[in-house]
Amino acid sequence: MRVVLAEDNALLRDGLTRILVAHGFTILHSVDNAPELEEALADPDAEAAILDVRLPPTLTDEGLRAAIACRAERPGFPVVVLSQWVEHLYARELLADGGGAVGYLLKDRVGDIREFVDAVHRVAGGGTVLDAEVVSAIMARPRARAVDRLSEREREVLGLMAEGRSNAAIAAGLFITPKAVDKHANSIFTKLDLPVAPDDNRRVLAVLAWLEV
Amino acid sequence: MAPRPSPLRLTGHALAQVALVVPTVVAAVFVAVGGATALLVVGIPFLLLGLPLLRWIADRHRAMAAVTLGHPVPADRLPDDDRSLPARLAIWGRDPMTWRELAWAFASVTLGFAVSLLVVLLMVCVVTLVLWWYAAPQLMRVRALTDARLLSRGNHELLEERVQVLTETRAETVEDSAAELRRIERDLHDGAQARLVALQMNLGLARDLMDSDPAAARDLLAEASTTTGAALGDIRDVVRGIHPPVLADRGLAGAVQALALDLAVPVTVTGDLPDRPSAPVETAAYFAVLECLANVTKHAEAEHAWVELDRRDDLLVVVVGDDGRGGADPSGGTGLRGVARRLAALDGSVRVSSPEGGPTLVTLEVPCESSSPRTTPSSATG
Repeated sequence: MRVVLAEDNALLRDGLTRILVAHGFTILHSVDNAPELEEALADPDAEAAILDVRLPPTLTDEGLRAAIACRAERPGFPVVVLSQWVEHLYARELLADGGGAVGYLLKDRVGDIREFVDAVHRVAGGGTVLDAEVVSAIMARPRARAVDRLSEREREVLGLMAEGRSNAAIAAGLFITPKAVDKHANSIFTKLDLPVAPDDNRRVLAVLAWLEV
Repeated sequence: MAPRPSPLRLTGHALAQVALVVPTVVAAVFVAVGGATALLVVGIPFLLLGLPLLRWIADRHRAMAAVTLGHPVPADRLPDDDRSLPARLAIWGRDPMTWRELAWAFASVTLGFAVSLLVVLLMVCVVTLVLWWYAAPQLMRVRALTDARLLSRGNHELLEERVQVLTETRAETVEDSAAELRRIERDLHDGAQARLVALQMNLGLARDLMDSDPAAARDLLAEASTTTGAALGDIRDVVRGIHPPVLADRGLAGAVQALALDLAVPVTVTGDLPDRPSAPVETAAYFAVLECLANVTKHAEAEHAWVELDRRDDLLVVVVGDDGRGGADPSGGTGLRGVARRLAALDGSVRVSSPEGGPTLVTLEVPCESSSPRTTPSSATG
Protein backbone atom coordinates (compact mmCIF):
# COMPACT_ATOMS: atom_id res chain seq x y z
CA MET A 1 0.00 0.00 0.00
CA ARG A 2 1.31 3.47 -0.95
CA VAL A 3 1.11 5.92 1.92
CA VAL A 4 1.95 9.57 2.61
CA LEU A 5 3.86 10.11 5.85
CA ALA A 6 4.02 13.51 7.57
CA GLU A 7 6.02 13.88 10.77
CA ASP A 8 8.32 16.78 11.61
CA ASN A 9 10.51 15.00 14.13
CA ALA A 10 13.27 13.24 12.17
CA LEU A 11 13.72 10.47 14.74
CA LEU A 12 10.05 9.59 14.76
CA ARG A 13 9.80 9.89 10.99
CA ASP A 14 12.65 7.42 10.55
CA GLY A 15 11.11 5.06 13.09
CA LEU A 16 7.71 5.17 11.41
CA THR A 17 9.29 4.67 8.00
CA ARG A 18 11.18 1.65 9.24
CA ILE A 19 8.07 0.10 10.80
CA LEU A 20 5.88 0.76 7.77
CA VAL A 21 8.40 -0.46 5.22
CA ALA A 22 9.05 -3.61 7.26
CA HIS A 23 5.32 -4.34 7.12
CA GLY A 24 4.94 -4.02 3.39
CA PHE A 25 3.93 -0.38 3.01
CA THR A 26 5.47 1.87 0.37
CA ILE A 27 6.26 5.39 1.54
CA LEU A 28 5.12 7.44 -1.44
CA HIS A 29 5.98 10.80 0.11
CA SER A 30 7.67 11.53 3.40
CA VAL A 31 7.28 15.18 4.43
CA ASP A 32 7.97 17.30 7.50
CA ASN A 33 5.79 20.38 7.00
CA ALA A 34 2.25 21.40 6.11
CA PRO A 35 2.74 22.95 2.64
CA GLU A 36 4.59 19.87 1.38
CA LEU A 37 1.95 17.68 3.00
CA GLU A 38 -0.77 19.41 1.00
CA GLU A 39 1.11 18.72 -2.21
CA ALA A 40 1.72 15.11 -1.25
CA LEU A 41 -1.96 14.55 -0.40
CA ALA A 42 -2.92 15.81 -3.86
CA ASP A 43 -1.02 12.88 -5.40
CA PRO A 44 -3.68 10.56 -6.88
CA ASP A 45 -1.41 7.53 -6.28
CA ALA A 46 -1.62 7.92 -2.51
CA GLU A 47 -3.84 5.29 -0.90
CA ALA A 48 -3.64 6.43 2.72
CA ALA A 49 -1.93 9.02 4.89
CA ILE A 50 -0.27 8.87 8.29
CA LEU A 51 -0.01 12.35 9.76
CA ASP A 52 1.22 14.16 12.83
CA VAL A 53 -1.26 16.75 14.14
CA ARG A 54 1.40 19.34 14.86
CA LEU A 55 3.53 20.36 11.89
CA PRO A 56 5.58 23.38 10.83
CA PRO A 57 5.18 26.23 9.96
CA THR A 58 2.93 27.20 12.90
CA LEU A 59 3.25 23.99 14.93
CA THR A 60 -0.40 23.96 15.91
CA ASP A 61 -2.90 21.63 14.26
CA GLU A 62 -2.07 21.86 10.56
CA GLY A 63 -1.84 18.06 10.21
CA LEU A 64 -5.42 17.74 11.40
CA ARG A 65 -6.60 20.54 9.14
CA ALA A 66 -4.80 19.03 6.17
CA ALA A 67 -6.49 15.68 6.87
CA ILE A 68 -9.94 17.28 7.05
CA ALA A 69 -9.34 19.37 3.93
CA CYS A 70 -8.04 16.36 2.02
CA ARG A 71 -11.07 14.30 2.94
CA ALA A 72 -13.34 17.10 1.74
CA GLU A 73 -11.66 16.69 -1.66
CA ARG A 74 -11.42 12.91 -1.55
CA PRO A 75 -14.24 11.58 0.63
CA GLY A 76 -13.31 8.49 2.58
CA PHE A 77 -9.55 8.85 1.97
CA PRO A 78 -7.99 6.85 4.81
CA VAL A 79 -6.03 8.95 7.31
CA VAL A 80 -4.33 7.93 10.50
CA VAL A 81 -3.67 10.99 12.66
CA LEU A 82 -0.99 10.65 15.30
CA SER A 83 -0.43 13.01 18.20
CA GLN A 84 1.42 13.39 21.49
CA TRP A 85 -1.96 13.91 23.12
CA VAL A 86 -5.56 13.27 22.08
CA GLU A 87 -8.56 15.58 22.18
CA HIS A 88 -12.16 14.48 22.08
CA LEU A 89 -12.84 17.67 20.06
CA TYR A 90 -10.38 16.68 17.34
CA ALA A 91 -11.81 13.16 17.15
CA ARG A 92 -15.23 14.68 16.49
CA GLU A 93 -13.87 16.98 13.81
CA LEU A 94 -12.09 14.13 12.06
CA LEU A 95 -15.15 11.91 12.08
CA ALA A 96 -17.64 14.65 11.30
CA ASP A 97 -17.83 13.89 7.58
CA GLY A 98 -19.20 10.42 8.37
CA GLY A 99 -16.96 8.73 5.83
CA GLY A 100 -15.14 6.43 8.25
CA ALA A 101 -11.58 5.36 7.41
CA VAL A 102 -10.20 7.49 10.24
CA GLY A 103 -7.61 6.65 12.82
CA TYR A 104 -6.76 8.95 15.70
CA LEU A 105 -4.03 7.58 17.94
CA LEU A 106 -1.50 8.62 20.52
CA LYS A 107 2.06 8.35 19.25
CA ASP A 108 2.72 6.03 22.20
CA ARG A 109 0.64 3.38 20.44
CA VAL A 110 3.19 3.09 17.68
CA GLY A 111 5.34 1.31 20.28
CA ASP A 112 3.04 -1.71 20.01
CA ILE A 113 4.02 -2.32 16.40
CA ARG A 114 1.61 -5.13 15.60
CA GLU A 115 -1.37 -3.15 16.95
CA PHE A 116 -0.28 -0.04 15.10
CA VAL A 117 0.15 -1.78 11.75
CA ASP A 118 -3.14 -3.54 12.30
CA ALA A 119 -4.81 -0.16 12.98
CA VAL A 120 -3.43 1.29 9.74
CA HIS A 121 -4.81 -1.69 7.82
CA ARG A 122 -8.20 -1.37 9.45
CA VAL A 123 -8.39 2.34 8.65
CA ALA A 124 -7.32 1.65 5.06
CA GLY A 125 -10.20 -0.84 4.95
CA GLY A 126 -12.69 1.87 5.94
CA GLY A 127 -12.73 1.25 9.69
CA THR A 128 -12.55 3.72 12.55
CA VAL A 129 -9.81 3.43 15.14
CA LEU A 130 -9.92 5.82 18.07
CA ASP A 131 -7.32 5.88 20.80
CA ALA A 132 -8.29 4.15 24.03
CA GLU A 133 -7.72 7.45 25.83
CA VAL A 134 -10.38 9.24 23.77
CA VAL A 135 -12.72 6.32 24.27
CA SER A 136 -12.30 6.29 28.04
CA ALA A 137 -12.79 10.07 28.22
CA ILE A 138 -16.10 9.70 26.40
CA MET A 139 -17.06 6.71 28.56
CA ALA A 140 -16.50 8.72 31.73
CA ARG A 141 -19.09 11.26 30.74
CA PRO A 142 -22.69 10.48 31.70
CA ARG A 143 -25.15 12.29 29.46
CA ALA A 144 -28.74 12.16 28.37
CA ARG A 145 -28.69 11.05 24.76
CA ALA A 146 -29.44 8.19 22.42
CA VAL A 147 -26.50 6.18 23.68
CA ASP A 148 -28.03 6.10 27.16
CA ARG A 149 -30.54 3.60 25.87
CA LEU A 150 -27.69 1.11 25.63
CA SER A 151 -26.98 -1.35 28.41
CA GLU A 152 -23.69 -1.30 30.29
CA ARG A 153 -22.41 -4.24 28.26
CA GLU A 154 -23.50 -2.71 24.98
CA ARG A 155 -21.64 0.46 25.82
CA GLU A 156 -18.50 -1.57 26.49
CA VAL A 157 -18.88 -3.22 23.12
CA LEU A 158 -19.39 0.15 21.44
CA GLY A 159 -16.29 1.53 23.15
CA LEU A 160 -14.20 -1.32 21.78
CA MET A 161 -15.76 -0.83 18.35
CA ALA A 162 -14.63 2.80 18.49
CA GLU A 163 -11.12 1.60 19.22
CA GLY A 164 -11.39 -0.33 15.98
CA ARG A 165 -11.52 -3.87 17.39
CA SER A 166 -12.97 -6.68 15.35
CA ASN A 167 -15.85 -8.74 16.75
CA ALA A 168 -13.43 -11.57 17.54
CA ALA A 169 -11.13 -9.18 19.44
CA ILE A 170 -14.08 -7.70 21.32
CA ALA A 171 -15.23 -11.20 22.29
CA ALA A 172 -11.76 -12.05 23.58
CA GLY A 173 -11.49 -8.74 25.47
CA LEU A 174 -14.82 -9.12 27.24
CA PHE A 175 -14.60 -12.89 27.73
CA ILE A 176 -17.79 -13.57 25.77
CA THR A 177 -18.50 -15.57 22.62
CA PRO A 178 -18.31 -13.92 19.18
CA LYS A 179 -21.98 -14.78 18.80
CA ALA A 180 -22.81 -12.73 21.88
CA VAL A 181 -20.83 -9.81 20.43
CA ASP A 182 -22.88 -10.09 17.25
CA LYS A 183 -26.04 -9.98 19.29
CA HIS A 184 -24.87 -6.91 21.22
CA ALA A 185 -23.78 -5.19 18.00
CA ASN A 186 -27.17 -5.74 16.39
CA SER A 187 -28.91 -4.51 19.49
CA ILE A 188 -26.72 -1.37 19.44
CA PHE A 189 -27.56 -0.71 15.79
CA THR A 190 -31.27 -1.12 16.48
CA LYS A 191 -31.29 1.07 19.58
CA LEU A 192 -29.41 3.83 17.73
CA ASP A 193 -31.89 3.61 14.83
CA LEU A 194 -29.13 2.97 12.32
CA PRO A 195 -30.23 2.07 8.79
CA VAL A 196 -29.53 -1.37 7.41
CA ALA A 197 -26.13 -1.26 5.74
CA PRO A 198 -22.93 -3.29 5.54
CA ASP A 199 -21.60 -4.02 9.02
CA ASP A 200 -18.48 -1.83 8.65
CA ASN A 201 -20.53 1.19 7.76
CA ARG A 202 -22.94 0.70 10.63
CA ARG A 203 -20.06 0.43 13.04
CA VAL A 204 -18.79 3.85 11.89
CA LEU A 205 -22.27 5.32 12.28
CA ALA A 206 -22.65 3.85 15.75
CA VAL A 207 -19.36 5.40 16.80
CA LEU A 208 -20.46 8.74 15.37
CA ALA A 209 -23.71 8.62 17.33
CA TRP A 210 -21.70 7.89 20.41
CA LEU A 211 -19.38 10.84 19.82
CA GLU A 212 -22.45 13.03 19.27
CA VAL A 213 -21.02 14.18 15.96
CA MET B 1 -9.81 67.40 22.98
CA ALA B 2 -13.36 68.69 22.90
CA PRO B 3 -13.95 72.27 21.74
CA ARG B 4 -14.22 74.82 24.51
CA PRO B 5 -17.84 75.33 25.53
CA SER B 6 -19.26 78.76 24.76
CA PRO B 7 -19.86 81.29 27.57
CA LEU B 8 -23.55 80.84 26.94
CA ARG B 9 -23.39 77.11 27.55
CA LEU B 10 -21.26 77.66 30.66
CA THR B 11 -23.85 80.08 31.95
CA GLY B 12 -26.42 77.38 31.40
CA HIS B 13 -24.31 75.20 33.67
CA ALA B 14 -24.13 78.00 36.21
CA LEU B 15 -27.91 78.34 36.13
CA ALA B 16 -28.33 74.61 36.68
CA GLN B 17 -25.85 74.73 39.55
CA VAL B 18 -27.74 77.58 41.17
CA ALA B 19 -30.98 75.65 40.76
CA LEU B 20 -29.43 72.57 42.33
CA VAL B 21 -28.35 74.39 45.48
CA VAL B 22 -31.58 73.78 47.37
CA PRO B 23 -31.73 70.06 46.50
CA THR B 24 -28.06 69.80 47.50
CA VAL B 25 -28.78 71.33 50.89
CA VAL B 26 -31.71 68.97 51.36
CA ALA B 27 -29.69 65.94 50.33
CA ALA B 28 -26.71 66.88 52.51
CA VAL B 29 -28.92 67.51 55.54
CA PHE B 30 -30.74 64.21 54.98
CA VAL B 31 -27.45 62.36 54.73
CA ALA B 32 -25.97 64.08 57.75
CA VAL B 33 -29.08 63.56 59.89
CA GLY B 34 -29.64 60.05 58.55
CA GLY B 35 -26.03 59.10 59.09
CA ALA B 36 -26.04 60.38 62.65
CA THR B 37 -29.17 58.44 63.54
CA ALA B 38 -28.71 55.39 61.30
CA LEU B 39 -27.99 53.17 64.27
CA LEU B 40 -31.38 54.10 65.72
CA VAL B 41 -33.00 52.84 62.49
CA VAL B 42 -34.99 56.09 62.12
CA GLY B 43 -32.08 57.52 60.10
CA ILE B 44 -32.19 54.85 57.45
CA PRO B 45 -35.12 56.28 55.44
CA PHE B 46 -33.30 59.64 55.44
CA LEU B 47 -30.19 57.96 54.08
CA LEU B 48 -32.19 56.09 51.45
CA LEU B 49 -33.57 59.41 50.18
CA GLY B 50 -30.55 61.59 50.74
CA LEU B 51 -27.74 59.41 49.42
CA PRO B 52 -29.14 58.68 45.95
CA LEU B 53 -30.13 62.35 45.59
CA LEU B 54 -26.67 63.50 46.63
CA ARG B 55 -25.05 61.01 44.27
CA TRP B 56 -27.26 62.13 41.42
CA ILE B 57 -26.50 65.84 42.02
CA ALA B 58 -22.78 65.11 42.30
CA ASP B 59 -22.92 63.20 39.02
CA ARG B 60 -24.54 66.16 37.29
CA HIS B 61 -21.73 68.41 38.55
CA ARG B 62 -19.13 65.87 37.42
CA ALA B 63 -20.65 65.89 33.96
CA MET B 64 -20.61 69.69 33.83
CA ALA B 65 -17.03 69.84 35.10
CA ALA B 66 -16.04 67.26 32.48
CA VAL B 67 -17.51 69.41 29.70
CA THR B 68 -15.80 72.55 30.99
CA LEU B 69 -12.40 70.92 31.51
CA GLY B 70 -12.51 68.75 28.41
CA HIS B 71 -11.58 65.55 30.25
CA PRO B 72 -13.63 62.98 32.14
CA VAL B 73 -14.22 63.38 35.86
CA PRO B 74 -14.79 59.78 37.02
CA ALA B 75 -16.77 59.04 40.15
CA ASP B 76 -14.70 55.94 41.12
CA ARG B 77 -17.32 54.69 43.50
CA LEU B 78 -17.22 51.19 44.94
CA PRO B 79 -19.28 48.90 42.68
CA ASP B 80 -22.73 48.11 44.07
CA ASP B 81 -24.43 46.31 41.18
CA ASP B 82 -26.73 43.37 41.80
CA ARG B 83 -26.79 43.92 45.55
CA SER B 84 -29.70 44.08 47.94
CA LEU B 85 -30.68 47.49 49.31
CA PRO B 86 -29.14 46.98 52.79
CA ALA B 87 -25.90 45.73 51.18
CA ARG B 88 -25.85 48.79 48.94
CA LEU B 89 -26.36 51.06 51.90
CA ALA B 90 -23.41 49.42 53.64
CA ILE B 91 -21.25 49.87 50.53
CA TRP B 92 -22.26 53.52 50.24
CA GLY B 93 -21.39 54.05 53.87
CA ARG B 94 -17.95 52.51 53.39
CA ASP B 95 -17.25 54.32 50.14
CA PRO B 96 -14.79 57.20 50.65
CA MET B 97 -16.49 58.87 47.71
CA THR B 98 -19.64 59.31 49.80
CA TRP B 99 -17.68 61.35 52.30
CA ARG B 100 -16.06 63.39 49.56
CA GLU B 101 -19.47 64.12 48.08
CA LEU B 102 -20.73 65.25 51.45
CA ALA B 103 -17.76 67.58 51.88
CA TRP B 104 -18.25 68.80 48.34
CA ALA B 105 -21.91 69.55 49.08
CA PHE B 106 -20.91 72.09 51.71
CA ALA B 107 -18.39 73.76 49.40
CA SER B 108 -20.87 73.69 46.57
CA VAL B 109 -23.67 75.48 48.37
CA THR B 110 -21.34 78.19 49.67
CA LEU B 111 -18.37 79.18 47.52
CA GLY B 112 -19.50 77.26 44.47
CA PHE B 113 -22.93 78.78 44.69
CA ALA B 114 -21.41 82.28 44.90
CA VAL B 115 -19.35 81.73 41.73
CA SER B 116 -22.22 80.29 39.71
CA LEU B 117 -24.58 83.01 40.86
CA LEU B 118 -22.02 85.64 39.89
CA VAL B 119 -21.78 84.25 36.37
CA VAL B 120 -25.54 84.25 35.97
CA LEU B 121 -25.84 87.81 37.35
CA LEU B 122 -23.09 89.11 35.05
CA MET B 123 -25.15 88.04 32.09
CA VAL B 124 -28.54 89.06 33.39
CA CYS B 125 -27.42 92.59 34.29
CA VAL B 126 -26.92 93.46 30.58
CA VAL B 127 -24.43 96.33 31.34
CA THR B 128 -21.86 93.77 32.43
CA LEU B 129 -22.27 91.69 29.28
CA VAL B 130 -18.74 92.40 28.03
CA LEU B 131 -17.28 91.50 31.39
CA TRP B 132 -19.51 88.37 31.39
CA TRP B 133 -18.19 87.28 27.98
CA TYR B 134 -14.58 87.29 29.20
CA ALA B 135 -15.05 86.34 32.86
CA ALA B 136 -17.61 83.51 32.54
CA PRO B 137 -15.19 80.91 31.10
CA GLN B 138 -12.58 81.74 33.72
CA LEU B 139 -14.99 81.66 36.63
CA MET B 140 -16.65 78.47 35.47
CA ARG B 141 -13.25 76.88 34.99
CA VAL B 142 -12.37 77.65 38.59
CA ARG B 143 -15.69 76.18 39.67
CA ALA B 144 -15.15 73.07 37.52
CA LEU B 145 -11.63 72.56 38.81
CA THR B 146 -12.81 72.76 42.40
CA ASP B 147 -15.68 70.37 41.73
CA ALA B 148 -13.41 67.93 39.89
CA ARG B 149 -10.84 68.03 42.68
CA LEU B 150 -13.44 67.34 45.34
CA LEU B 151 -15.55 64.85 43.40
CA SER B 152 -12.81 62.77 41.84
CA ARG B 153 -9.63 61.34 43.18
CA GLY B 154 -6.50 63.20 42.18
CA ASN B 155 -3.62 61.79 40.16
CA HIS B 156 -1.50 61.45 43.25
CA GLU B 157 -4.10 59.35 45.03
CA LEU B 158 -4.69 57.23 41.96
CA LEU B 159 -0.98 56.60 41.57
CA GLU B 160 -0.64 55.65 45.20
CA GLU B 161 -3.47 53.17 44.86
CA ARG B 162 -2.00 51.79 41.66
CA VAL B 163 1.39 51.28 43.31
CA GLN B 164 -0.34 49.54 46.19
CA VAL B 165 -2.21 47.18 43.83
CA LEU B 166 0.90 46.49 41.76
CA THR B 167 2.99 45.74 44.84
CA GLU B 168 0.41 43.27 46.10
CA THR B 169 -0.22 41.54 42.79
CA ARG B 170 3.48 41.36 42.00
CA ALA B 171 4.21 39.67 45.31
CA GLU B 172 1.38 37.21 44.67
CA THR B 173 2.51 36.54 41.13
CA VAL B 174 6.08 35.84 42.20
CA GLU B 175 4.82 33.54 44.93
CA ASP B 176 2.41 31.78 42.59
CA SER B 177 4.96 31.18 39.88
CA ALA B 178 7.45 29.83 42.42
CA ALA B 179 4.78 27.46 43.73
CA GLU B 180 3.93 26.49 40.17
CA LEU B 181 7.56 25.65 39.41
CA ARG B 182 7.79 23.58 42.59
CA ARG B 183 4.66 21.70 41.58
CA ILE B 184 6.02 20.98 38.10
CA GLU B 185 9.35 19.87 39.56
CA ARG B 186 7.55 17.53 41.95
CA ASP B 187 5.26 16.16 39.24
CA LEU B 188 8.21 15.40 36.98
CA HIS B 189 10.26 13.96 39.81
CA ASP B 190 7.53 11.67 41.15
CA GLY B 191 6.12 10.82 37.75
CA ALA B 192 8.03 10.66 34.50
CA GLN B 193 11.49 10.78 36.06
CA ALA B 194 10.80 7.89 38.44
CA ARG B 195 9.30 5.85 35.64
CA LEU B 196 12.28 6.45 33.38
CA VAL B 197 14.57 5.23 36.16
CA ALA B 198 12.46 2.08 36.48
CA LEU B 199 12.53 1.73 32.71
CA GLN B 200 16.30 1.91 32.60
CA MET B 201 16.58 -0.72 35.33
CA ASN B 202 14.20 -3.02 33.49
CA LEU B 203 16.14 -2.62 30.25
CA GLY B 204 19.44 -3.31 32.03
CA LEU B 205 18.02 -6.43 33.65
CA ALA B 206 16.58 -7.58 30.35
CA ARG B 207 19.96 -7.19 28.65
CA ASP B 208 21.61 -9.28 31.36
CA LEU B 209 18.97 -11.99 31.07
CA MET B 210 18.82 -11.97 27.28
CA ASP B 211 20.99 -15.08 26.88
CA SER B 212 20.40 -16.96 30.10
CA ASP B 213 16.62 -16.54 30.41
CA PRO B 214 15.02 -15.15 27.23
CA ALA B 215 11.49 -15.64 28.58
CA ALA B 216 12.15 -13.47 31.64
CA ALA B 217 13.89 -10.89 29.43
CA ARG B 218 10.79 -10.74 27.24
CA ASP B 219 8.58 -10.14 30.29
CA LEU B 220 10.88 -7.35 31.41
CA LEU B 221 10.73 -5.75 27.98
CA ALA B 222 6.95 -5.90 28.04
CA GLU B 223 7.01 -4.24 31.44
CA ALA B 224 9.43 -1.61 30.11
CA SER B 225 6.97 -0.86 27.33
CA THR B 226 4.15 -0.34 29.84
CA THR B 227 6.37 1.90 31.95
CA THR B 228 7.21 4.01 28.89
CA GLY B 229 3.51 4.48 28.20
CA ALA B 230 2.90 5.56 31.78
CA ALA B 231 5.83 8.01 31.65
CA LEU B 232 4.42 9.54 28.47
CA GLY B 233 1.04 9.82 30.16
CA ASP B 234 2.64 11.64 33.10
CA ILE B 235 4.40 14.06 30.79
CA ARG B 236 1.14 14.72 28.94
CA ASP B 237 -0.54 15.58 32.25
CA VAL B 238 2.28 17.94 33.21
CA VAL B 239 2.11 19.65 29.80
CA ARG B 240 -1.66 20.06 30.05
CA GLY B 241 -1.18 21.68 33.45
CA ILE B 242 1.34 24.18 32.10
CA HIS B 243 -0.17 25.08 28.77
CA PRO B 244 -2.77 22.81 27.15
CA PRO B 245 -1.81 22.08 23.53
CA VAL B 246 -5.37 22.66 22.33
CA LEU B 247 -5.15 26.22 23.69
CA ALA B 248 -2.06 26.85 21.60
CA ASP B 249 -3.80 25.32 18.57
CA ARG B 250 -7.26 26.76 18.78
CA GLY B 251 -7.18 29.70 21.13
CA LEU B 252 -9.52 30.28 24.05
CA ALA B 253 -12.83 29.50 22.33
CA GLY B 254 -11.58 26.20 20.90
CA ALA B 255 -9.87 25.14 24.10
CA VAL B 256 -12.97 25.87 26.17
CA GLN B 257 -15.03 23.84 23.70
CA ALA B 258 -12.59 20.95 24.03
CA LEU B 259 -12.79 21.27 27.81
CA ALA B 260 -16.58 21.30 27.74
CA LEU B 261 -16.66 18.03 25.78
CA ASP B 262 -14.89 16.14 28.54
CA LEU B 263 -17.06 17.23 31.45
CA ALA B 264 -19.77 15.24 33.16
CA VAL B 265 -22.16 18.21 33.08
CA PRO B 266 -23.32 19.32 29.61
CA VAL B 267 -21.74 22.69 28.85
CA THR B 268 -22.80 25.10 26.11
CA VAL B 269 -20.08 27.38 24.81
CA THR B 270 -21.25 30.53 23.06
CA GLY B 271 -19.54 33.58 21.64
CA ASP B 272 -16.56 33.94 19.46
CA LEU B 273 -13.60 36.23 19.84
CA PRO B 274 -12.74 38.49 16.89
CA ASP B 275 -9.04 37.80 17.44
CA ARG B 276 -6.81 36.06 19.93
CA PRO B 277 -5.96 37.84 23.17
CA SER B 278 -2.30 37.84 24.17
CA ALA B 279 -0.93 34.51 25.39
CA PRO B 280 -0.85 35.36 29.13
CA VAL B 281 -4.45 36.61 29.02
CA GLU B 282 -5.56 33.55 27.08
CA THR B 283 -3.84 31.15 29.47
CA ALA B 284 -5.12 32.89 32.59
CA ALA B 285 -8.66 33.00 31.22
CA TYR B 286 -8.48 29.32 30.23
CA PHE B 287 -7.38 28.17 33.67
CA ALA B 288 -9.98 30.43 35.26
CA VAL B 289 -12.72 28.77 33.18
CA LEU B 290 -11.25 25.36 34.02
CA GLU B 291 -11.47 26.14 37.73
CA CYS B 292 -15.02 27.47 37.44
CA LEU B 293 -16.22 24.42 35.49
CA ALA B 294 -14.47 22.11 37.96
CA ASN B 295 -16.43 23.85 40.72
CA VAL B 296 -19.64 23.35 38.75
CA THR B 297 -19.07 19.60 38.45
CA LYS B 298 -17.92 19.28 42.07
CA HIS B 299 -20.33 21.46 44.02
CA ALA B 300 -23.19 22.91 42.02
CA GLU B 301 -25.32 19.80 41.35
CA ALA B 302 -26.12 21.49 38.05
CA GLU B 303 -28.04 20.00 35.13
CA HIS B 304 -26.47 22.35 32.69
CA ALA B 305 -23.68 24.89 32.52
CA TRP B 306 -22.68 27.51 30.00
CA VAL B 307 -19.70 29.63 29.07
CA GLU B 308 -20.09 32.94 27.24
CA LEU B 309 -17.04 34.49 25.66
CA ASP B 310 -17.19 38.12 24.69
CA ARG B 311 -14.90 40.93 23.75
CA ARG B 312 -15.96 44.45 24.76
CA ASP B 313 -13.44 46.84 23.27
CA ASP B 314 -10.24 46.07 25.14
CA LEU B 315 -11.89 43.86 27.73
CA LEU B 316 -12.19 40.08 27.54
CA VAL B 317 -15.38 39.09 29.34
CA VAL B 318 -16.07 35.46 30.17
CA VAL B 319 -19.21 34.39 32.00
CA VAL B 320 -19.41 30.88 33.44
CA GLY B 321 -22.90 30.03 34.60
CA ASP B 322 -24.75 26.99 35.89
CA ASP B 323 -28.30 26.13 36.91
CA GLY B 324 -27.20 24.40 40.11
CA ARG B 325 -28.08 25.08 43.70
CA GLY B 326 -26.21 28.38 44.06
CA GLY B 327 -24.91 29.64 47.37
CA ALA B 328 -21.29 29.54 46.23
CA ASP B 329 -19.05 31.56 48.51
CA PRO B 330 -16.23 33.16 46.55
CA SER B 331 -14.13 33.63 49.68
CA GLY B 332 -14.63 30.00 50.76
CA GLY B 333 -12.71 27.96 48.21
CA THR B 334 -9.04 28.33 47.48
CA GLY B 335 -9.72 27.70 43.79
CA LEU B 336 -11.61 30.88 43.03
CA ARG B 337 -9.24 32.93 45.14
CA GLY B 338 -6.38 31.52 43.07
CA VAL B 339 -8.24 32.52 39.92
CA ALA B 340 -8.77 36.02 41.28
CA ARG B 341 -5.07 36.33 42.11
CA ARG B 342 -4.00 35.13 38.71
CA LEU B 343 -6.35 37.53 36.95
CA ALA B 344 -5.41 40.39 39.27
CA ALA B 345 -1.85 40.15 37.99
CA LEU B 346 -3.30 41.08 34.58
CA ASP B 347 -5.57 43.79 36.06
CA GLY B 348 -8.49 41.42 35.65
CA SER B 349 -11.28 40.72 38.07
CA VAL B 350 -13.71 38.00 39.15
CA ARG B 351 -17.29 38.61 40.20
CA VAL B 352 -19.51 35.91 41.64
CA SER B 353 -23.27 36.06 41.83
CA SER B 354 -24.71 32.97 43.47
CA PRO B 355 -28.01 33.36 45.30
CA GLU B 356 -29.35 30.32 47.20
CA GLY B 357 -31.14 28.11 44.69
CA GLY B 358 -29.01 29.38 41.83
CA PRO B 359 -28.16 30.21 39.19
CA THR B 360 -24.48 30.83 39.80
CA LEU B 361 -22.76 33.31 37.52
CA VAL B 362 -19.04 33.89 37.60
CA THR B 363 -17.92 36.85 35.50
CA LEU B 364 -14.27 37.08 34.59
CA GLU B 365 -12.94 40.30 33.09
CA VAL B 366 -9.43 40.81 31.79
CA PRO B 367 -8.16 43.81 29.87
CA CYS B 368 -6.48 42.67 26.70
CA GLU B 369 -5.07 43.74 23.41
CA SER B 370 -5.12 41.23 20.61
CA SER B 371 -1.88 39.58 19.59
CA SER B 372 -2.67 37.55 16.51
CA PRO B 373 -5.45 37.00 14.00
CA ARG B 374 -8.16 34.55 14.89
CA THR B 375 -7.84 30.88 14.15
CA THR B 376 -10.90 28.72 13.92
CA PRO B 377 -11.42 25.20 12.70
CA SER B 378 -13.99 26.44 10.19
CA SER B 379 -11.20 27.74 7.96
CA ALA B 380 -10.01 24.17 7.53
CA THR B 381 -13.36 22.44 7.22
CA GLY B 382 -15.10 25.08 5.10
